[in-house]
Amino acid sequence: MFKSMYNWIDERLDVTPMWRDIADHEVPEHVNPAHHFSAFVYCFGGLTFFITVIQILSGMFLTMYYVPDIINAYYSVDYLQHQVAFGAIVRGMHHWGASLVIVMMFLHTLRVFFTGSYKAPREMNWVVGMLIFFVMLGLGFTGYLLPWDNKAYFATKVGMEIAGSVPWIGGYIKELLAGGTIVGAQTLTRFFAIHVFFLPGLLLTLLAAHFFMIRKQGISGPL
Amino acid sequence: MEHNGQHETAHKPIKRQEMTRRQFLSYTLGGATAFMAGGAILPMLRFAVDPILQKKTETGFVKVIEEAKVTKDPQKVSFKIHQVDGWYESDPKLEAYIARGDDNKIFALSPVCKHLGCTISWAAEKPNEYHCPCHGARYSKDGKNLAVAPKALDEYEVKVENGWVYLGPLVSNTRVK
Repeated sequence: MFKSMYNWIDERLDVTPMWRDIADHEVPEHVNPAHHFSAFVYCFGGLTFFITVIQILSGMFLTMYYVPDIINAYYSVDYLQHQVAFGAIVRGMHHWGASLVIVMMFLHTLRVFFTGSYKAPREMNWVVGMLIFFVMLGLGFTGYLLPWDNKAYFATKVGMEIAGSVPWIGGYIKELLAGGTIVGAQTLTRFFAIHVFFLPGLLLTLLAAHFFMIRKQGISGPL
Repeated sequence: MEHNGQHETAHKPIKRQEMTRRQFLSYTLGGATAFMAGGAILPMLRFAVDPILQKKTETGFVKVIEEAKVTKDPQKVSFKIHQVDGWYESDPKLEAYIARGDDNKIFALSPVCKHLGCTISWAAEKPNEYHCPCHGARYSKDGKNLAVAPKALDEYEVKVENGWVYLGPLVSNTRVK
């Protein structure tokens, strides 16, 4: 059935070359764990992406219940965690995934570093990778405030002080981030907007560039 | 030659639908992928459909007006109910038109128009009729739909105790035949 549905679409739109171009490519022997088990280190980039997909999905579902408001944020998180079926699981995926994505990204960076894959002609991809790293840290920082509990509040206060310690412009950065002079209602809505719209948009753009470059340049050669 | 031909037909291999290596691998990989994707997606879907599966809370009866004060002419009464909406609890004010019918029985109509849910009012356009300002729906005193609306006005369940009228959950109109 799927075969004939696919053929019906393919006859009209000729989609086969499109996905062939993305999916149909040789995996070199030195990155295939079936040949050399140690090649599993080449999986960390893909694992980072896999967890990122889970983060995006679970995050989309969490916003069905969450409200970025200082009065209701905590109660809405409490409600979705304890009253909604599978709430602990969905929020758990987002919570643990946030840490795991940093771990996987770190391992991926180590692999790229020790295989020398950042060298010419792949310097730009290293730089884009670093930008992705900072966007991920930003996502972690902004997401941490959203439950609006004590940990969230004081972690953000500390983060604000760190931002404020930048020479000359620290005060402006701090006030811009907080949306005012205190960590409060405007900080929460601002962090929510950054967490669900601005940084994910930026992240997807950077990921597209990251994947485009790896397909264009191919995976780096064996050691 | 003839013998040879016979030999070949006799030993023709039995046709069996054998699974190729490619098929086996794609089923195995596809199955494993579907299992893992399901493990991540199904909890999220159950999470999303939770509101329609949550147990609905029954609304109790609320004291609204003294029995003696109810007249043949519909009066607007307002009363508060306790409402739990996820993490938000509130006591919203509801309204009802309460009157005695020709049979002297007390009944209370919901002021929510059965056309598209606007709020109706008594004797706003014509005397002795409910009127809806949105699309001009009209109802009789008993809540019978006279124009535009497809159904009669809903009724609150009424209970009279110790000289007071209590209103309960909404039911469909019982006065209009």
